[in-house]
Amino acid sequence: MTGRLIEPAPPTSSAAPRRGLPRLVVGGRDLTVQAAFVALIVLLAGTAALTSDTFLTQANITNLLKQMVTTGLLSFGMLVVILTGGIDLSVGSVVAFSGIITAGLVSGLPIPVAMLVGLAAGIGVGLVNGTLVARFGLAPFVVTLAALTTVRGLAFVYSEVPIAPEDPGFLTLGTAMAGPLPLSTLIMLAVFLAGGVFLSRTPAGRSIVAIGGNAETVRLAGINVRRHVVLAYTVSGACAGLAGIILTSRVGIAQPSVGVAFELDAIAACVIGGASLAGGRGSARATFGGVVVLALINNLLNLYGVQAFWQQVLKGLIIIAVILVQRTNRVRS
Amino acid sequence: MILELRGVRKDYAGVQVLHGVDLAGRGGEVLAVVGANGAGKSTLIKILAGAQAMSEGEMRIDGERVELRSPHDAHARGIRTVYQELTLVPQLSVTENLLMGNYPRRRGGLIDWPAAHARAKELLVGIGFGAIDPRTPAGRLPVARQQMVEIAKALVDEPRVLVLDEPSAVLAGTDLEALFSLIARLRERGVLVVYVSHRLAEVLDIATTIVVIKDGLVIGTTEPSRTDEGELIGLMAGRRPAQIYPDRRAGRGEPALTVSALGRAGEFDGVSFTLHAGEIVGLFGLVGSGRSEMARCVFGAEPATSGQVRVPGGGGGFRTPAEAIAAGLALVTEDRKGSGLVLGMSVADNIMLATLRSTLRGPLIDMARRRRTVAEMIERLDIRPPHCATMAAGHLSGGNQQKAVLAKWLLAGPRVLILDEPTRGVDMATRVEIYRMIDGLAREGLSVLLISSDLTEVLGATDRVLVMNQGRITGEARSDRATEDELLTYAIGSAA
Repeated sequence: MTGRLIEPAPPTSSAAPRRGLPRLVVGGRDLTVQAAFVALIVLLAGTAALTSDTFLTQANITNLLKQMVTTGLLSFGMLVVILTGGIDLSVGSVVAFSGIITAGLVSGLPIPVAMLVGLAAGIGVGLVNGTLVARFGLAPFVVTLAALTTVRGLAFVYSEVPIAPEDPGFLTLGTAMAGPLPLSTLIMLAVFLAGGVFLSRTPAGRSIVAIGGNAETVRLAGINVRRHVVLAYTVSGACAGLAGIILTSRVGIAQPSVGVAFELDAIAACVIGGASLAGGRGSARATFGGVVVLALINNLLNLYGVQAFWQQVLKGLIIIAVILVQRTNRVRS
Repeated sequence: MILELRGVRKDYAGVQVLHGVDLAGRGGEVLAVVGANGAGKSTLIKILAGAQAMSEGEMRIDGERVELRSPHDAHARGIRTVYQELTLVPQLSVTENLLMGNYPRRRGGLIDWPAAHARAKELLVGIGFGAIDPRTPAGRLPVARQQMVEIAKALVDEPRVLVLDEPSAVLAGTDLEALFSLIARLRERGVLVVYVSHRLAEVLDIATTIVVIKDGLVIGTTEPSRTDEGELIGLMAGRRPAQIYPDRRAGRGEPALTVSALGRAGEFDGVSFTLHAGEIVGLFGLVGSGRSEMARCVFGAEPATSGQVRVPGGGGGFRTPAEAIAAGLALVTEDRKGSGLVLGMSVADNIMLATLRSTLRGPLIDMARRRRTVAEMIERLDIRPPHCATMAAGHLSGGNQQKAVLAKWLLAGPRVLILDEPTRGVDMATRVEIYRMIDGLAREGLSVLLISSDLTEVLGATDRVLVMNQGRITGEARSDRATEDELLTYAIGSAA
C-alpha cells in the first residue's frame, strides 16, 4: 500500500469530468467510494436473498448479527492501532485470555465483576503492547507477535481445558435480544458510534490519526506522541477483551484455543474499509462497512455450503479484489 | 578529453534555476565550482550526473553531443558523481558495496569471497585508502571512511569525469590529505575532476580552474593564482536586490528569549544570544553549520547537552516541544513535508494541530467553531485556493503549504517565532507576503528568529544578523550596515 501523498497532482474541481469510472458527486463531495461500498453490500445481501431460502429467515439474520460482533469489536480496536501506523496481532489471543479468565472467575465472583476482570486483562495486554512500542521504540509487528504467543500461552496456563460456567445468567450478554437486535450487536454498534466520534471529534482522536500521517510533525506541535500510541493499543486491548467476554457468553463455554487468526479478519475489515496500513488514513464508518462485507461473505458461503477451506480461499480472493478496486479509484482521484 | 556545457538552462515547474550556464573542462584538470546556497550548484551537479535533464542547452564530450537521460547514461559515458548524501548500503560489507554484484565466481557459480575481498582491497589500496578493511559492514565505518568508500565505488570502472559534491564536508586531517593526493593522481591519469565546495581555502589549493556561479549564471572564471578568498566571496555575494523587503524601523522591547552557552555534543557549542520583543533577528549559516539543530534544541525537540534557554518569568529549559509552546515559542521547521505538515490530512486538521483544545466544547471539538477559525486563518494568510479547508495539505502548492504551517503556529499565539528557511522552495510573490507578515508580527511585539542561508533575505528582512559556522556563533552584525561579504566571511572563514 502506498500510504502517503508524495507529489500530488494540482487540485482540480471535484466536479471536473474524469476519465474512467463515472463519479457520484453530492453537494461538492465525491461520494463514489461510499456509493460503491453500499452497492457492494446491497449486491451481496441481494444475491443471498434471491438465491437462498434461509438468508432472510429471522434465525439467520440474528445469527449473522451476532457473528459480526467479535470481528466488529476487534476491527475497531485494530483500526485505532492501524491509524497510528502500527498493527496489533495479539487480539485473537486476548479474546481467548479474557474469555477464559471471565469464565473461570464466574464460579466465585458476581458475573459483572468477573467480566470487568476479563476486560481489565485485555486492557492490561494493550497497555503493555503500547508501552513497548511507544517507550522502547520496538516494532509493533514484533511486539504484538510476541504478545500473540505469550497471551495464548497464558490462556492455556490458566486452564488447559474449556470452562463452561453453570450460571445461566452468564449467557445474557451474548445471547439476549434488545428488541429486534441482539444486545451484543447493539454494544458493537455503540462502540463504533462512540469510536467514530472519538476519532473525528476529540483532540486525542485527531492526534492518533495525525501520528500515523507524520509523527514528527505531531510531536513538534506539542502533542505527546507516546501517550497517544499507548492509548491506541490500550483501546485495541479493551476491544479484544470485550470481544472475548461476549464470545464466551454467546457460546457458553470458554476455550483457551479460541480466536486463532481472528486478528487477520480484523485487519482485513480495516483494509477493506480503506484504511492504510502505513497509518493516517481510515475511518470507523468505512471499517464498519468492511465488517459487514466480511460477515456477508462468510454467511453467504456458509449458506451455499461451500467447504470451509474453499471459504478461506474465496475470502482471500475477494479481499484482494476489493482492495484493487479501491486502489484504482484512489490512483484515479 | 574535453567536457563542455553550452547554454544550459533548467527550470522546475516554471521557476528558472539555471539561466544559461557555459562550462568547459579537460582531462587532467580540477574544475572547482563555487557559489552561495541557491546559486544552482546542486542542479548543475544533477545535470552532469544524468539525474536531471536540462531544459535547454547541450553537453558535448570531445565535441560530440551527448544526451544523458539517466544516471546510467552518465556512467556509460564515463561520468561518475559522488553526492554529499551517502548511498552505501550500511548492512553490506565494503566489498559488497564496491563490487555491487560483479563478484568473482567459483566453478558452480558460488561467489568466491576471498577473491572478492582481495579485489576490493586492491581497489582501496589503488586509490590510497588501504586502511579500510573490506570485510567491515559499511555502516560501521566512521562517516569520513564511508565517504572514501563512496569515492572508491565511483572509481571502480575508471571514469573520465569524477564529480565530487562537497567531498570534504565530513573529512579532516589525514583523510583530507588522502583525498587531495588521490585527486592529484587522478589528474595524472587524465581524469577531469569537478569539485564543488564551500571551503574556499581548499578550492584555492587544489583547483586548476575556479568557476563562480550566482543566481544560475556563471559570473566568473578564474585560476587560483589570480584570485583570493576575498574576491571569490565578493563574486558569490553580488549586490543587493531592489525593494522586496519591508522597511524595518526596529522598536526593540524587553528580552523575550535568552539562550546562554547552549550546546549539543557533536552539533553545536557555546551558542549565546538574546531575542527581544518586536525584533527580527536573522541567523545565517551554511548547511551543516548547526543552525537548525540549535533551533530544534531551543524548542525542546532535542535535548541540549550544555547551556540554558530562558524566557521571562523564569521558564525555560524545555524538555519537550509542548513545554516550549506553553512558554510562547513556535518553530516552523525547514522541512515542510517531513516535520511541518501531515500531508495526507486536511488543511483544517493541519492548521488546528497545535491548538486542538482551543475549540473544545465539553469533551468534543465544536466543529462549527473550528470551521470558522480555519476559515479566518485561510483568509488572513490568503491561502489558495480559498476553499481548501477540507483538501489534503499535500495538494497545496509549496508557498501555500508554508502558509498553512504559519497559520498553525499563529493560532498558538506565540511570543517567539522561530522560522527555519521559511522561504525555501517558495515563489517570489509568496516570499514578499511572508516578509510583510513577519514584519507585521514583529510590529505587534513578536520576537522573530529568521534562519536562512539566503544572504539577501537574511539581510533584507531582519534588524540584525547572527552568523553560525561549524556549530558556533562567529559573528553578529546590524542588517542595515552589514555587507554580504562580511556575513560570508563569518560563515565560511577558515579562521573559525
